[in-house]
Amino acid sequence: MARAVSTSRKAVNTALAWGVALLIAFPILWTFLTSFKPEPQAVASPPVWFGFDWTVRNYVDVQNQRDYFDYFWNSVILALGSTALGLVIAIPAAWSMAFVPGRRTKDLLMWMLSTKMMPGVAVLVPIYLIFIQLGLLDTRIGLVVVLMLINLPIIVWMLYTYFREIPGEILEAARMDGASLGREILYVLTPMAIPGIASTVLLNIILAWNEAFWTIVLTTTNAAPLTKFISGFSSPQGLFYAKLSAASTMAIAPILIMGWFSQKQLVRGLTFGAVK
Amino acid sequence: MGQITLSGVTKRFGETEVIPPLDLNIEDGEFVVFVGPSGCGKSTLLRLIAGLEDTTAGHISIDGKDATGLPPAKRGLAMVFQSYALYPHMTVRKNIAFPLRMAGMAKDEQDRRVEAAAKVLNLTSYLDRRPGQLSGGQRQRVAIGRAIVREPAAFLFDEPLSNLDAALRVGMRLEISELHERLKTTMIYVTHDQVEAMTMADKIVVLNAGRIEQVGSPLELYRTPRNLFVAGFIGSPRMNLISGPEAARFDAHTIGIRPEHIGVHPTLGDWRGVVGVSEHLGSDTFFHVHETGLAESLTVRAGGEVPIRHGDTVFLTPDASKIHRFDQNGLRL
Repeated sequence: MARAVSTSRKAVNTALAWGVALLIAFPILWTFLTSFKPEPQAVASPPVWFGFDWTVRNYVDVQNQRDYFDYFWNSVILALGSTALGLVIAIPAAWSMAFVPGRRTKDLLMWMLSTKMMPGVAVLVPIYLIFIQLGLLDTRIGLVVVLMLINLPIIVWMLYTYFREIPGEILEAARMDGASLGREILYVLTPMAIPGIASTVLLNIILAWNEAFWTIVLTTTNAAPLTKFISGFSSPQGLFYAKLSAASTMAIAPILIMGWFSQKQLVRGLTFGAVK
Repeated sequence: MGQITLSGVTKRFGETEVIPPLDLNIEDGEFVVFVGPSGCGKSTLLRLIAGLEDTTAGHISIDGKDATGLPPAKRGLAMVFQSYALYPHMTVRKNIAFPLRMAGMAKDEQDRRVEAAAKVLNLTSYLDRRPGQLSGGQRQRVAIGRAIVREPAAFLFDEPLSNLDAALRVGMRLEISELHERLKTTMIYVTHDQVEAMTMADKIVVLNAGRIEQVGSPLELYRTPRNLFVAGFIGSPRMNLISGPEAARFDAHTIGIRPEHIGVHPTLGDWRGVVGVSEHLGSDTFFHVHETGLAESLTVRAGGEVPIRHGDTVFLTPDASKIHRFDQNGLRL
């Protein structure tokens, strides 16, 4: 009898979980379906769920209007570039905060995180002016730097949390064994922190890939990533929902696939320290 | 070579003075044990010698050369940590070879030395395992292996046995002593366990609140403790300390008598008392005698099988030639 109760409870829980998951994923599913509809059916009211005339015409049209791959490569370069640059800065920063903390280390960490709470638009004008002065508008290098700066607090925090779990005695042992600071970080700290660094890299790539405000504002064509690709279909020729959906699907597919395959690593990274 | 000299070495953490100015000379090939209660600064002193902490003032010289400002890597010392501090992502072989790799040694020479160290420490069949797959004793042997391959000027041990169980600890104690006999390299060993200190050391340095209370061979400390702290710290069970009129009889402020230097008799003796708890170790029996009017409790060592029970009245007689006398400042008279 007890077994029957627990089985039915399990079924309810499973149904609830599926319900919540569907609710959260609904906009993406809807976008995906819409991208295969002819334009009139895309705006039909009441909406057509599955009984529409499936077509890939939208994808062909989108690709003919703008070359998807130009934007795709920009997204890849911005995401990987800002992540790599962020790691170069954050690994030594997190090392010093974790292993040689000063009296103000905690305050510094909190301050870094607090910058994430500031609305980006508040510094739009100064940043825009700086970009004009330095000739960085619509350049990949300028955006790599901006995206890196936006995500740097999160990278430092995550790495700091991981490094703190590494016993200091192991690093001291490396020092006694004749390792210089650089070799200590390269041969001992980094290999031990690989799982943490991997999670940090994955999360940062996703954040950089999805960043829409700065990438849209600071680019026109040369450095424009997929966020700009989507926004390009949102207004100029009126609202073409099916094409917009096709562009969106193309833009989010790569990161969705990457996220799917690395979800185990990501979850471990995000809950690290919390559940251990 | 491994002669280490500390002169005026001082360590302060902010306002707190952990090590007041301290002088110490460690001869080449000596086995020196730093012993003292928790927080006495013994580990800090070892870390100062290792270079893992910076000295606030004073000089450290190794083999006559000033090493005060040198980073740990340049001092030519090897250290074995309490937590073993093995590199978890490397095999035993790579762990032991790591210092050689850092020194840029040729690969075949590295292999030769690792094999030799593994043979000495009975690790040959574990070379391709990772630290996580080893027992505590094996891990400690890997840590020692990593230290010996470099042929350092001196070995520093920071409470290396305190994570091991009692039986293993005795075994490793013998192994480390054996290693010292064979290598004849200077070893500095930090412990809070005075049995380790007594059994392993050529020279014991007793530390208390960062100060050196006494330096000497184990038997010197046992026979002639310089003050009350050393008298109470060295020897197990502790020396009995008696103050008041009985001490005045010996022309001292406090007298000390070790448990093994007190005779027990059921009817005859100097001090009368009632037996409390007895600890039977087989070879020895320790009686805790109360109600003597001298101290709260006196500990007495007797032979293995003595027919004395809880609550019995006994008479104790100290061996007058073995009484230690101390003045009101706790210094030996």
